[in-house]
Amino acid sequence: MRNLTLTVNGRRHAVDVDPSTPLLYVLRNDLGLTGPRFGCGLGQCGACTVIIRGQAVRSCIRTAGSVQGADITTLEGLAKDGVLHPLQQAWIDEQVPQCGFCQNGQILTAKVLLDRNPSPTDADIRQAMAGTLCRCMTYYRIQAAIKRAAKEMA
Amino acid sequence: MTPSRRDFLKGTGLLVVSIGMDPLRLAALQGPSPGPYPDPDFRQLDSWIVVREDNTATFFVGKTDLGQGTGTAFRQIMSDELDMPYDRTSVVMGSTDVTVDQGGSGGSDALQTDGWPMRRVAAEARRVLVELAAVKFGVPAGELTVRDGVVSVASDPSRRVTYGELLGGKRFNVTLSGDDVNSTTGRAKVKPVQDLRIVGQSPRRDDIPPKVDGTLTWAVDVTVPGMVHARNVKPPVAGATVAGIDESPVRNLPGFIKVVRKGNYVAVVCEREEQAIRAARQLKVSWQRPAAAPFPTSDDLFRYMRSATPTWSSTPVVIGRPDAALAAAATVIEAEYEVPFQGHTAIGPAHAMADPSNDQLTIYSNDMKSYGLRNGVARFLDMPRDRVRVVWKEGPQAYGRTAADDAGFEAAFLAKEVGRPVRVQWTRQEETAWDTKGPAYVVRMRGGLDGQGNLVALEYEARAADHNHLGYNEHDTVLIAQLTGMRRSTPARGSAAAPSEMYVVPNRRVAGHVVGLPLVWETPLRTGNLRDPNGPQVTFASESFIDELAAAAGADPVAFRLKLLTASTEDDSGFKRARSIAVVKAAAEAYGWDPRPSPSRAAPSGDILTGRGFAYSYRSQTVVAQIAEVEVHRQTGHVWVKRLVCAHDCGLVVNPEALRRTIECGMLHSLSRALHEEVRFDAEKVTSVDWVSHPTLTHADTPAQIDVVLVNGDPKPDRPDLPHYGAGEAVCKPVLAAVANAIFDATGVRIRRVPFRDARVLAALRAART
Repeated sequence: MRNLTLTVNGRRHAVDVDPSTPLLYVLRNDLGLTGPRFGCGLGQCGACTVIIRGQAVRSCIRTAGSVQGADITTLEGLAKDGVLHPLQQAWIDEQVPQCGFCQNGQILTAKVLLDRNPSPTDADIRQAMAGTLCRCMTYYRIQAAIKRAAKEMA
Repeated sequence: MTPSRRDFLKGTGLLVVSIGMDPLRLAALQGPSPGPYPDPDFRQLDSWIVVREDNTATFFVGKTDLGQGTGTAFRQIMSDELDMPYDRTSVVMGSTDVTVDQGGSGGSDALQTDGWPMRRVAAEARRVLVELAAVKFGVPAGELTVRDGVVSVASDPSRRVTYGELLGGKRFNVTLSGDDVNSTTGRAKVKPVQDLRIVGQSPRRDDIPPKVDGTLTWAVDVTVPGMVHARNVKPPVAGATVAGIDESPVRNLPGFIKVVRKGNYVAVVCEREEQAIRAARQLKVSWQRPAAAPFPTSDDLFRYMRSATPTWSSTPVVIGRPDAALAAAATVIEAEYEVPFQGHTAIGPAHAMADPSNDQLTIYSNDMKSYGLRNGVARFLDMPRDRVRVVWKEGPQAYGRTAADDAGFEAAFLAKEVGRPVRVQWTRQEETAWDTKGPAYVVRMRGGLDGQGNLVALEYEARAADHNHLGYNEHDTVLIAQLTGMRRSTPARGSAAAPSEMYVVPNRRVAGHVVGLPLVWETPLRTGNLRDPNGPQVTFASESFIDELAAAAGADPVAFRLKLLTASTEDDSGFKRARSIAVVKAAAEAYGWDPRPSPSRAAPSGDILTGRGFAYSYRSQTVVAQIAEVEVHRQTGHVWVKRLVCAHDCGLVVNPEALRRTIECGMLHSLSRALHEEVRFDAEKVTSVDWVSHPTLTHADTPAQIDVVLVNGDPKPDRPDLPHYGAGEAVCKPVLAAVANAIFDATGVRIRRVPFRDARVLAALRAART
């Protein structure tokens, strides 16, 4: 019995889970999409970020049942036709990650920022990204990569 | 249940390195091989290097890469010595059954220590291959040249053969010598620095693309068929004991498998992850509070530390006659500095997965010391060591003795209990409360200046809350060992470290004491190595105080330090004094340091006060000097470090771009410790348990500018044997003092207590105004 239907990265998936299950665990454990990661389960750090309706959503505190019918984008869905999103490319060009565990949330939060504001100021970037934490402290390079990607996409 | 080979490869992502590999090694990588898993022999060249017929090579090293690019650096130094193009090589790291035991990572010694056997074995492989070519062509080896893995006759370049053709898919079968893995060597000599072509370049890290496109399989992602999920149920207060467990609320939950309890260790195991989370919440455990309070409150910590009887005191190191010199000094100042407990608080809480198939144990872990985890688990579970292996995978930052150690043991224990592969995942609150802590410090400093402002006497006396400092992966001190009742007869002594600088002061005393908290075992306030284990605490005190002395002498802080460094020509083998002088000057030059005493007394711009602060230190042989430029808001006390400068000398630089990022991020990690981080607790539990109650540096705090200057301050900078020193942790030391010194420069107010949160700075500013 498949009781839930989720549309992720343009593909529909039927899964059999308790609808109160946080979306994060369904993505990771049922759909094998491990880009989003468990960091706090409290919506505080951003490691589990996915994009739903243009918003950066913390999948650790959003139930799977509440996002049926929505288009969900995960890190795995950012590349198009085998070409990385300019943000992902900028992350490589700036050699951003250290451990890299948080970068899913950094990249997706930056995408939501650039989708709304294609040429953000330094202050815009700091404000938009402030809730997405990195404990290796790659912030300086992340901010450089966002500016690089914005230029690339202009 | 035996996972299929395809599932395994899918789960671990190891396929990429297995193409065309030596069949024995391939089998080992493809697991789950039935075992046993004997240690690869470091005295066999084949344990380190595989060269394939297609003229590609894979290096196998017993280290782990925590995200600083050390794996890339290993490839660079080994490709260089082997004379293979970098892009025809790959590296496999830290899995106990396929890589020699180099201990995993720690101490920032990857290149300083472990890089040498890597270079020597790669040089030996080159030597052996050239010998094979000499036989093939019938010419002496000296008449052959090597370029990019192709050997040719110097006088007739048309006679050429690739390494791959020479070996023909076979093994080297060459025995190496050396008493231990660090001294492993063949007969070949390593190249002089001048002949290294890949070293000094900045090839991009291979691990980054899969980290940004979502394809990397991390330790946290590994799955095998039949795997189940566990969550721990930790004591709600420190030192609590299990009085009873009522399983009835969870027994009928969907997916429930088992409650595992031994002593005060409690975990629930369920089929699915969300089921385990729910069961852990709903399980009813009756806990008995301990009779005595386990520790003072965090507000009372420093008073407690000052008054506690030390569990250990160092024999003071005395130079000259400090008491007499202080008595005769024109000016004597003293100050005390306080640094609270600070945690690792990894962005991803601790986790591990253990598979007990085939009566072996395979543990998938991001623990930086995979070999130690293997050895410790074997001992803990009383299993032969060669029936346990650890497959190292990437994970959230592991800068020291993290709870990754604890989770690895827990997964192994639970897998044996349940008889199925078990993945254990700590919660955020569990991680932040129970992860090992960097010890709290109280440091008392006293210094005397003569009438000309020369520093004539200096005293340093530290108290560190570091009794029972935990080692790595110890079978009798990991958390599950403690909770299940194991007790080491003598807790580890811990340490109270001394400053690391090269200042010449004629009269000195350095003393240290360790103090213990009332609860020694089963406590969340357990100490372990946290990135440069004592450096940030010690250097905060020592380099803040040097600044206070410079201010008292009316001297420029850089000039004051240079005077102390240049007062002697005595040195050690690493030219640490010469290199200290070089980095201090390089940092000042990069910043555009304008010599003057602190505080600045510049007119504020509105509510913003601006200042700059300097600090310097070394770790092992690596020397760093840093400058912080701050803006302090007079009305809020908020500190923004607008600019950071770091001059850094780690000898031979293997990958400059990776090094720059390691330095930037290491400095910001310490900046987070300077501005935000403190473990808070009441008298029975840690109360800073998430990112609200335990704040960290964010994007909003990021400096607008970071300048890194890579210095080669060696008196003979072009020497062919220039060593490659460890790079990372040294940069963590000076930041706290540089920021405190900058706050003083900006405001004239000295902050002697970490962290410099807004309220603390504002209170100090207000106190100074009245």
